[in-house]
Amino acid sequence: MQHTLTVIVEDKPGVLARISAMFSNRGFNIHSLAVGPTHQDGRSRITLVVDAPELEQLKKQLNKLVNVIKVQEMEPAEALEREVMIIRVSAQPSTRGEVRDTASLFDARVIDISSSAMTFEVAGTPQHLKTFLEHLGPYGVIDLVKSGRIAMKRESELTPAPVVVGVGK
Amino acid sequence: MTEASKFTGSHSLLRSLEHEGVEIIFGVPGGAILPAYDPLLDSPIRHVLARHEQGAGHMAEGFAQATGLVGVVMATSGPGATNLITPLQNALMDSTPIVAITGQVPTSAIGSDAFQEAYTTGLAMHCTKHSYMATDADDIPNLIHEAFHLAATGRPGPVLVDIPKDVLNQVTTWREPHLHNLPGYKPTVSGHPMQIRAAIELIERSERPVLYVGGGVIKAGGSDQLLAFAEAVNAPVVTTLMARGAFPDDHPLALGMPGMHGVYTATTAIQKCDVLVSIGARFDDRVTGNPDAFAPGAKIIHIDVDPAEIGKVRAAEVPIVGDARSVLIDLLSTLQARRDPVDHPARDEWFAQIQSWKNQFPLAYEQPPDGPIKVQHFIERLYAITGGEAVIAAGVGQHQMWASQFWGFRNPRSWVNSGGLGTMGFAVPAAVGAKTARPDALVIALDGDGCFQMTMQELITASTEDIPVKVVVFNNGGYGMVKQWQNLFYGGRLSAVDLGFTYPDYPKLAEAMGCVGLKVDHPTEIDPVIEKMLTVNDRPVVLEVVVDGDEMCFPMVPAGGSNDRIVMTRDEL
Repeated sequence: MQHTLTVIVEDKPGVLARISAMFSNRGFNIHSLAVGPTHQDGRSRITLVVDAPELEQLKKQLNKLVNVIKVQEMEPAEALEREVMIIRVSAQPSTRGEVRDTASLFDARVIDISSSAMTFEVAGTPQHLKTFLEHLGPYGVIDLVKSGRIAMKRESELTPAPVVVGVGK
Repeated sequence: MTEASKFTGSHSLLRSLEHEGVEIIFGVPGGAILPAYDPLLDSPIRHVLARHEQGAGHMAEGFAQATGLVGVVMATSGPGATNLITPLQNALMDSTPIVAITGQVPTSAIGSDAFQEAYTTGLAMHCTKHSYMATDADDIPNLIHEAFHLAATGRPGPVLVDIPKDVLNQVTTWREPHLHNLPGYKPTVSGHPMQIRAAIELIERSERPVLYVGGGVIKAGGSDQLLAFAEAVNAPVVTTLMARGAFPDDHPLALGMPGMHGVYTATTAIQKCDVLVSIGARFDDRVTGNPDAFAPGAKIIHIDVDPAEIGKVRAAEVPIVGDARSVLIDLLSTLQARRDPVDHPARDEWFAQIQSWKNQFPLAYEQPPDGPIKVQHFIERLYAITGGEAVIAAGVGQHQMWASQFWGFRNPRSWVNSGGLGTMGFAVPAAVGAKTARPDALVIALDGDGCFQMTMQELITASTEDIPVKVVVFNNGGYGMVKQWQNLFYGGRLSAVDLGFTYPDYPKLAEAMGCVGLKVDHPTEIDPVIEKMLTVNDRPVVLEVVVDGDEMCFPMVPAGGSNDRIVMTRDEL
């Protein structure tokens, strides 16, 4: 099962190495990882997506690292999660319109084009990207790159709106 | 300005170590750490020059285990640092507080595959509680202060500080260090009051309680509190390999060591208990055997300063995160403050059961009057003659198990051993470290011939530095424990376990290293030779005890087996 964790760490050399070392030492699996600065000086936020049956031991081992300040698990309902994808699909002049129309349903932008392919960027929830890929896949994916997932805890009590194709991310 | 009159990173390092109260450093110099060895000459800190960095590391561990203070080891870059990996991992597994200072190639050369370069902080990442690299000499006082703080507090452990040569040479000033830089490190010391009450409730209602005591009690300095608590709740106590000495073996509630080579009664009492109170122990596989079959009917109260230990192997009904001493104090005061004490369930039956196990399944061996000498018998004689007033260091293997089984420990910090990592060769350097810490104590290493040959050169250190340890080498001509497994589980096909009795000549080797060399091979000669060993106090002594090469260590729970099936003799397998 996949879990999303957000880990606030001291922005010091070797922190990421310590975290990945702990994962490999303890036999945990990282599915995706994104690191970046926060609004606070000297603090970085690491968003981890992990495959694990349960998180308790993993969270404790993370907390045990001296440079780790806070570990938070994101329940899907309370998480604002985003990923970015760049995808190149086969698009002959005859299918180009269809490909573009499909992509636009997902708010994907065309960022490159050639005689035989189109390249899109799309951002959204993991589910949004998954659905996008399902629809574009049949045209023939030539290349694809996806960022690690980033996440922040939702402030509002509202449950997130269901992802509907073409309606939002 | 001359070199000597500049105040550099090296001076700051030494001053910082002095500030932390360090009186002794175990180390080996070399290129990158050279600058630190110069101000050492002017420092009140004593330096013990080990013959190998691994030895220096184990000395620091022996020092720390025998005192509770932070042991300090210093080494150079590259091979100096890589030779420290074993003691660092050993200290990590056994929660021993040590600080390792390593030299590093100059900052400008880092990453260039320079002479004697190794990525020390990276290597140490896997085998320390934390590691640092100094990048500015001005940071040294704070780094050292943090390193000592991390090593000694919470769950203790090894911390490494790597210092490039140019940082050691950098002109700097020394400032009083402060701990302001550890936002992610806040160990919980006191147990949660609600859980403390829940624990008392469970223990009071228990018909068959057992206190399962680990090394955490010794680390926390909680032995007196443990004694008071065990008596107050009237519960039997088992002490793991790391906890030998945490509770007096001659106490009526003491059951001894549980686990793979534990005392039958200790292992079985855990299996049959209804409440197991784990205090500073970690449900190690050598204690639990097959964890799914471990203490099947027990509710678990798990007290540990490291939250990650709780629930790691076995879910706890009552988890208590806290320092063993602090939690024991709170447990006692909560117990005493109860207005409506629960009537203890009658535990007569439980104690009668325990007594019958003790009678039926004592530790046993046979000493043939004409030899060969059994290690167990020798240890019993040594105990009798010394009155048990000694600090015992052990290597790893059969002799270690027999030492733990047959030495009656009465005091914490009288047992120095390698538990978690099982590092052969630990005994000699660890005994040297312990003796420097407690020069007035009788420090005896009980070692095997295989272990001895791994680190024996540290006896040259002991002779040179006037550290009169006693080393008993039980010579069974091979790797006894490995041989035991090959005999039991590989159909007696002995592979690479025979070291032979011919070489080395231990007494001669001992003399060559500046020690007194003694040898005994007949049971009747044991007492006189022990007496002789004990009269030598101006030099180290090596006593070779030629023992039965075929003796096996029992009781035994085969690896991964259930603790319900304890093998008492080889015929049962």
